[in-house]
Amino acid sequence: MKAYLLRRLLQAIPTMLAITMLSFLIMRLAPGDPVLLMTFDPTMTRDDRITLRHQLCLDRPLTEQYFIWMFGNEECDTNGIIRGDFGESFYTNRPVIDMIFERIPATLELTGTALALGLIIGVSVGIYSAVKRGTLFDNMARFWSVVFDAIPAFWLGLMMILLFAVTLGWLPVGGRYTLVSDSNKDIFDHLKHLLMPAFVLGTSWIALFSRYVRTEMLEVIRQDYIRAAFAKGVQPNKVYFWHAARNALIPVATVLGPAVAGLLSGAVITEQIFSWPGMGRLALNAVFQRDFPLVMANVIIGSTLVVFGNLLSDILYVFIDPRIRLK
Amino acid sequence: MIEHSKLIQPESEPTTVESLDEFLETTASAEPLTFGKIAIRRLLRDRLTIAAILVLGILVVLSILAGVISTHVLHWDPNSTDLMVTFQTPSSTHLLGTDQLGRDQLTRLLFGGRVSLAIGFSGSLIAMTLGVFIGITAGFFGGIVDDLIMFFINTLQSIPTLFLLLIIVALFSPSAIWLTMIFGFLGWMNVSRIVRGEVFSVRERDYVIAARALGSSELTIMLRHILPNIIPIVIIIAARDIGTLILSESALSFLGLGIQPPTATWGNMLSKAQQYFILGPHLVIFPGLLITITVLSLYLVGDGLRDALDPRLK
Repeated sequence: MKAYLLRRLLQAIPTMLAITMLSFLIMRLAPGDPVLLMTFDPTMTRDDRITLRHQLCLDRPLTEQYFIWMFGNEECDTNGIIRGDFGESFYTNRPVIDMIFERIPATLELTGTALALGLIIGVSVGIYSAVKRGTLFDNMARFWSVVFDAIPAFWLGLMMILLFAVTLGWLPVGGRYTLVSDSNKDIFDHLKHLLMPAFVLGTSWIALFSRYVRTEMLEVIRQDYIRAAFAKGVQPNKVYFWHAARNALIPVATVLGPAVAGLLSGAVITEQIFSWPGMGRLALNAVFQRDFPLVMANVIIGSTLVVFGNLLSDILYVFIDPRIRLK
Repeated sequence: MIEHSKLIQPESEPTTVESLDEFLETTASAEPLTFGKIAIRRLLRDRLTIAAILVLGILVVLSILAGVISTHVLHWDPNSTDLMVTFQTPSSTHLLGTDQLGRDQLTRLLFGGRVSLAIGFSGSLIAMTLGVFIGITAGFFGGIVDDLIMFFINTLQSIPTLFLLLIIVALFSPSAIWLTMIFGFLGWMNVSRIVRGEVFSVRERDYVIAARALGSSELTIMLRHILPNIIPIVIIIAARDIGTLILSESALSFLGLGIQPPTATWGNMLSKAQQYFILGPHLVIFPGLLITITVLSLYLVGDGLRDALDPRLK
């Protein structure tokens, strides 16, 4: 077990290195002079730019720049991303890492609610579909899971705004809370803002989990121990939810890791449509403004979360299901 | 020559009604059924998939004929503006109304479908070709080649795709052709992974070992014995993949990063949608509805093909 954990951890290191190299390359190959973008000062002379370029070590060879950016360098005034120094934003001149940390609560609130919705609705629909296989409910559930997959998230969001906010006026158009004093303490106001974006973000998870759980559940119901449980007279509901569902849910752990990673890196499109002040929106604006340090920090943090999310679900899987350990 | 099906079938016990049907059909017909014939027969019985194929066919034909339809039937040009008739609701002159510049929405939807579908189909074609090639290489050679390819795949898959797309598209603002290529080059990893797995199982089969014993070259084995076994699974993935690509393209265009106006795509027709809620809800509804119908049909076709070509995966 320990050896397995260690091996998986070690495997993550080269992957992470490759990701940093790739994002570094994309940024450096992009057209546009970072110094020009950074200063935005038309009165700056050519000499000033050369000096600044030298101060920031942008005149050194690309490989050297990469190492400086990774591991830090006193002369170039950076501690390197390995110590959490992603540099300063071109636009706000604040440390990028602080800007990202500020956005984490909003993102977690939105994506956490969405994942909870997805898990609760998806798992229950999945189990019930499998139990009632071939019924109207099962067919409807399967049909909607494909529809939920096929609807573009941004359009679903737009349609919901059109219906519930513009036409009916029940819910706010966007934002995290109403901008009046003390309204951020009003939990009801908060929930009203959260409802639509969380649902839009949750639909793909509802679709994913319900399909996944249904397939697994159908597999489990066929097993002998389920037949045995029925034969000894256990209540059908108890067999389904206690004997069967417990085992059917094991593979959900494999999907959960990447889902949690997605949870943290934010939801670019949903946050954009509903003006939700999270990490995804921050990242998107950074891309639009060509705020390179902020973009790179977002890519690297997002990818790190995916790598560790996958790692986590592999480990979780081994813990939950001892049969895998034996193989 | 002895007929194959008659030799084998009577011994195998049909367990379900479906296989009993197939069994009866097989024994009743004079010539043995090929894999393809069985698959087509299964597909024709699946009404939902047939409906999806028809819808898709209609959409493809409409967008191919977009030019003819717009000049001879609708009499509108997709890009000619008329500021006197902005935000018109659907009427007999403009069947689906007009947009913020007075352009006919139906005409723009037809031309937009052309771009969206073309990007989806060709992007997926690139992704599938690359994916199959790389997957076969990894699966066939194994060892260090496989390790390297898998490492590369794992790394690329760790970067959130939408993010990578956003960055590349925002930095390089590519043309439609480049955008298609980018979609292709970012989309092959999953195919490779699946194809690699398939190759691993196929290469151990007896007929591959037999081919090797007969002295076939590696290339012949790959192209003639392994590739045909992988085609069904690739077709299944491709159908879904086209749908996913159309979704990505529309999301990018919606954000204002994909194909730039005045060229219409279903995504960029929605890019200013938030401003139209009051003035013209019809401008928000139709482009998104078309994206949903197209992607839904593609997903249903994918599921139907999976059931027809490879019932094990059901």
